[in-house]
Amino acid sequence: MGGMVLDWNAIQTVAWTLVKIMALVVPLMLSVAYLTYWERKIIGWMQVRIGPNRVGYLGLLQPIADGLKLMMKEIIIPSGASKGLFILGPILAIAPALAAWAVIPFTDSLVLANIDAGLLYVMAITSMGVYGVIIAGWASNSKYAFLGAMRSAAQIVSYEIAMGFALVGVLMASQSLNLIDIVQGQSGGFLHWYFLPLFPLFIVYLISGVAETNRAPFDVSEGESEIVAGFHVEYSGMAFAVFFLAEYANMILIAALTTLMFLGGWLSPFSFLPDGFIWWALKVMFVLFLFLWFRATFPRYRYDQIMRLGWKVFIPITIVWIVVVGGMMQTPYGYLFH
Amino acid sequence: MTYMTAIFYFFAAILVFAGLRVITARNPVHAALFLVLAFFTAAGLWMMLEAEFLAITLVLVYVGAVMVLFLFVVMMLDINLDKLREGFWDYLPLAGFVSVLLMIEMALILGSRHFGLAVMSTPVPHPAGYSNTKELGRLLYTDYVYAFELAAVILLVAIVAAIALTLRRRKDSKYIDPAEQVKVKRNDRLRIVKMQAVKKQTEHKPEAGETGA
Repeated sequence: MGGMVLDWNAIQTVAWTLVKIMALVVPLMLSVAYLTYWERKIIGWMQVRIGPNRVGYLGLLQPIADGLKLMMKEIIIPSGASKGLFILGPILAIAPALAAWAVIPFTDSLVLANIDAGLLYVMAITSMGVYGVIIAGWASNSKYAFLGAMRSAAQIVSYEIAMGFALVGVLMASQSLNLIDIVQGQSGGFLHWYFLPLFPLFIVYLISGVAETNRAPFDVSEGESEIVAGFHVEYSGMAFAVFFLAEYANMILIAALTTLMFLGGWLSPFSFLPDGFIWWALKVMFVLFLFLWFRATFPRYRYDQIMRLGWKVFIPITIVWIVVVGGMMQTPYGYLFH
Repeated sequence: MTYMTAIFYFFAAILVFAGLRVITARNPVHAALFLVLAFFTAAGLWMMLEAEFLAITLVLVYVGAVMVLFLFVVMMLDINLDKLREGFWDYLPLAGFVSVLLMIEMALILGSRHFGLAVMSTPVPHPAGYSNTKELGRLLYTDYVYAFELAAVILLVAIVAAIALTLRRRKDSKYIDPAEQVKVKRNDRLRIVKMQAVKKQTEHKPEAGETGA
């Protein structure tokens, strides 16, 4: 390609975007590390234990030590495994978990890519996360892993529908697919946030989010007491750690999306207080705390009950509420749903 | 060669490669995964055509749902590859005929004077604020509303038919209804019986080894 003219502007754009991606991914990975620490502490306190307190002051270096340990360990590839796909599995698990962050706004100007169809993009990218689990389960050539993958595939596909319908409600209320516009549609104090008019959808979204990330009480894809560790039973070392990172990055992502769509994003709860990133962070931490609280409180669901909850309870609730919102918007009380 | 053209050829090369691997891969799971790659790359090409709604929907529907179920089925199958290849040479003439027919059809569209690239004007790039999604929605619910509703009804009928055809409930299966289980009350499972406490008989002397039952 001798005649190819290097487009200097394009190269500059790519380089600058890469810098911005690093500025987003590095803090995200640190948050993931400290979310695992926070989870162990919270669950420890809830079970009247102390939690990690040996490595560093108050155990604060524990996640770093865990990461180092996992990096030093050998990655064992089972002899009957489909080698290429075995390695591709963790990559496909973490790639969507990170790619979805491209459109998540932190304030009304701090966003990597402010695209018009941001909500659709997030839905499309997160729907690809299931491939990591399925491929890992199949490529391991192990019955436990395969069972975990099958369970997870059915579960994620089912709950995605309820999640999608919940987002349709948000879309109707905000009349935009742009995440920044969605947050700005909720301005004017916490009574204007969408969690009030869309309360059933908020609850459905929150619970479906727990199910989508394969967290307890919906963690049947790794259910330790039944199928050892499910889809990642054959993984060790860093390959296992990548699945772990993907799960926690997805948790933070779902918490961020819940915050943006139902809890007013970076908007302050009272109009006399200034808006800012701090509110975003506080709300995300609150939703994450709910995730940890659920895990410490509820026993694991039985598989057929998970399916019943998804298909026979959540999907009808969301459809009914979408009709209610659509109908109310035609009445004089429509302003309540904007 | 501009930046966009380079990206186009990059995507196109991946798409053609993935498409070829779908039909040449020996393992059906690998073939299905190459189909996923093909869909994803096609979505990238659509994105370059400024059809972002269609591109994202392609990923959401085909990659996120249809192919997952496809993989689900393919992974469960126990496929004997040698058996599948048995009739290869017998079917080759028919397959060849169909492919030649397809090629002729494509040549008619792409090569003719009435439909060729020379006749079509180059699309004008839209400004940054242009919302593809909004325009598509407006068209679907105004100009094409009857066609759209008709398609929706046909899909609904298909869903009902698919469920009706596959819904079989065996009489002898020990099926548990979670709805029944969830709403079970204490009184359905447990009966509390009130009875008088029995007084110990003073005149009767218990023998050794006799229990108080």
